[in-house]
Amino acid sequence: MFLAHVNSLQASIFSSLAILSLLLAFVMLGSHWLRNYVYAFAAESWLIAVLSAAVGYFGGYPELYAIAFLTAIFRGLVLPYLLMRIIDRLHVKREVHAILQPSSSLVVGALLVMFAFVIANHMNRQAPPAGYVVVLALTIMISMKFLGFLMLSVRNEAVSQILALLVLENGIFLGSQILVPGMPMLIEIVILFDLLIVVACFGMLVRFLLVHAGTTSSRELKRLVG
Amino acid sequence: MVQDLVIILFCAPLAAALLSFGSRHSRAAEYGTVVAASADFVVSILLLVATLRHGSTLWWRAYIQIDALGAWVILCISIVYALSSIYAVGYMRLLDEEERLPLFYGLFSGFAFTMLAACVMNNAGVFWIAIELTTLISTFLVGFEREAESTEAAWKYIVVVSSGISLALLGTVLFYWGGSFVLGPTYAMTWTALHHSASQVYPPLLTVSFLLVLVGYGTKAGLAPMHTWLPDAHSESPAPVSAMLSGALLNASMLGIARFLGVVSGTSTSRLAHTAVVCFGIFSFVIASLFIVRQTGIKRLMAYSSVEHIGVQALGLGFGGVLGIAGALYHMLNHSLNKSLMFFGAGNAMRAYGSKEITDIRDVLRTFPVTGILWLLGAVGIAGAPPFALFLSEFTILRAGIAGPYRWAVVLFVIFLVVVFIGFLSHFRAMYFDETENPPMPRILPGLVWRALPMWLSFLPVLVLGLWWPHVLWNAFTTISAEIMGGAR
Repeated sequence: MFLAHVNSLQASIFSSLAILSLLLAFVMLGSHWLRNYVYAFAAESWLIAVLSAAVGYFGGYPELYAIAFLTAIFRGLVLPYLLMRIIDRLHVKREVHAILQPSSSLVVGALLVMFAFVIANHMNRQAPPAGYVVVLALTIMISMKFLGFLMLSVRNEAVSQILALLVLENGIFLGSQILVPGMPMLIEIVILFDLLIVVACFGMLVRFLLVHAGTTSSRELKRLVG
Repeated sequence: MVQDLVIILFCAPLAAALLSFGSRHSRAAEYGTVVAASADFVVSILLLVATLRHGSTLWWRAYIQIDALGAWVILCISIVYALSSIYAVGYMRLLDEEERLPLFYGLFSGFAFTMLAACVMNNAGVFWIAIELTTLISTFLVGFEREAESTEAAWKYIVVVSSGISLALLGTVLFYWGGSFVLGPTYAMTWTALHHSASQVYPPLLTVSFLLVLVGYGTKAGLAPMHTWLPDAHSESPAPVSAMLSGALLNASMLGIARFLGVVSGTSTSRLAHTAVVCFGIFSFVIASLFIVRQTGIKRLMAYSSVEHIGVQALGLGFGGVLGIAGALYHMLNHSLNKSLMFFGAGNAMRAYGSKEITDIRDVLRTFPVTGILWLLGAVGIAGAPPFALFLSEFTILRAGIAGPYRWAVVLFVIFLVVVFIGFLSHFRAMYFDETENPPMPRILPGLVWRALPMWLSFLPVLVLGLWWPHVLWNAFTTISAEIMGGAR
C-alpha cells in the first residue's frame, strides 16, 4: 500500500487535485446550462488524468501513465464531444424545470458531503498522514456518488442524467486512483471502454426518445406507473 | 472436456448473433438462434454434470472459473434462452417488423452470451463488466417495438440500472482495497482471493463494501425498493425478451449476490450480510404482493410476480444453511421455467386480444382451449400451490427460515404468500370465468405451434419437479452450498 509511505508534499498534491474535482462536481450542481455541465465534466476528467499521472510518478506505477493518457483522451475529449453533439441535436440549452433550484441543490450537496465524510471516517483505520488522504479519497468517492444521485433525482433533461451517471463513475475512478493504484490495468481499461459504449448507447436512446416519446425530459415520461 | 463444452457454450450464441447480423435474413436468423439455444441447453447440462463430477475448473490465468454454482445458473439461463428462442419464432412474426428481425435475433443471442459470460467470470471486476454489458444489450431489446411506452421503459431501465450497478462497482473497488492490505497492492481479484482476505479486513469497511455490492446487484436483480425499472422493462419488451429478462437476467444478478455472500462468509460481517439480504428479500416480497393485488396490466402482473420470486430467492440465500441455499437454487430453476410459461401465455393473450389490460382479456379458454389450460395451471403454480415445483422450493425455504434466527421473516412470508395467492389467481379467475356483456373479439393468429411448444416444454418440468425432487439435484445443491458457505475455493 503505497499511501503508507506518502510524505506531506505528495499528500497535499493528491488532496488538492481530489478537492478540485469535487468542486467541479459542485459547479455542475450549481448551474442551469447544459454546456457548463459538459465543460465541468471535461475539466474534472483532466484533473483525474493529472492525478493518475501524479500517483504513477510518486508511487512508482508506470502503467498509470497509460491510464492517465487514456483518461484524458476518452473522458476528457471524446465523451465531452459526444455529449456536445447530443446537446446540439436536441436544441435544449438549459434545465428548465429542475425540481430543486441550483442554490438549494448546492446546500443539499454540501450536507451530503458532510454525511459522506462521516461514513468515510468510520471506514478508515490508518494513521495520518496516510489516513488524511485515505479519508479524503473515501469522502470524495462517496460524496460524488451522493452528488450524482442528487443530480439524477432533481434534473429532468436526458443529457443531465447521462452526466449525472458519469459523475457517479468519475467518483469511483478518482478514488480508486488514490486507494488502489495497483488494480490490474486490464480492468481499468475495460471500464474506460465500457463507459464509451454506455455513452454511445445513451446517445442512440436519446434519439429514440425524441422520435418515439416526443420528449427528452424525464418529467414527461409518465405513461408507465403502478 | 469441460473446456470444449465451454467453448461450444459461448461459440453457439456468438455464431447465432453473427449469422443474424451478417445474413440479414430473417428465417436464417430465427432458425439459427433456435439451433444455437438448443445446443447451449444440451451443453449446459453436460457442463453441470462434468463440474459436479470433477470439481471446478480454472482457465485463462484464472479469469474464467467453471464451478458448480456458475454451472447451475448457466443451466437456468440456457433453459430460458432455448424456450424463448422457440417462442420468438412464432411471436416475433406477429409484430410486422420483418426487416428488423435479424437485428432482434442478433441482440437476443448477444444478450444470452453476456449473461452466460457473467456466470463463468472468476474476477469480481470482470463480472461487473459482464453484468453491465447485459444492461446495454438488453436496453435495445426492451425498446425494440419503438413505441412511446417501450422507449420510455428502455430509458428508465438503462438510467436506473446503470446508476444502481455503479454502486456495485464502488463496492467492488472497496473490496479490492480491503484485500490489498492483506495481499499486497496488486493481485487478481478472484472470488477466492477476496474470500481469503475478507476475514482480516477492517469490519466497518467490509460491511460498507458488502452493502454497496448488495444494493448494486440488487438493483439489477429487481429487489425492492430498487425494482422500479423492472415492471416497465418487463411489460414493454416483446414477450420472449420479457421471459429472458425475468427468467435469466435476474438469476445472473442473484449470482453476484450469492458470490459476495460467499466472500464474506465466516467473517464478522456475515451475520449482518445475511440479515440485509433477508430484509431486502422480505421487503420485495411484501411490496410485490401488494402491487399484484391491484394490478391492471397483464404483463405488469407477471413483472411484479418476478419481483416477488426474486425476493423469495433472496430469502433463501439470506436464511442460509444447506436448506436455504438448496431452496433458493431450486427456486431459481423453477421460477425460470414457470415464469417463461407465464410470459408466453401473456404474450399470446396480448396479441390475440390486442390489449395489455387484464379487463380486456376475457373468456381465455374459448380462445385458447389447450394453451389456455397450460397458462391457468402455470398461474396456479406460480402462486405457490402444490403439486407444482415452486411450492416445493418455497416450502424448503420456509423450513430453512424456521430453523434459523429469522422467524419474523417467515411469519411475514407466510402471510403475504396468502395475499399473493388470492391476488394473483383472482386476476386469472376474472380472465377465465367472468361473465361479460360484450365479449371481446380475439384474433386468430398464425404460428400457434411455435408458441404452444415452449409452453408445453416449460409446463411439464414444472409439474415433474413439483412431484419429484431428483436426488441428483439435491447432491448438486449440497456441493454448491458447501462452496458458498466455505467461500469459493
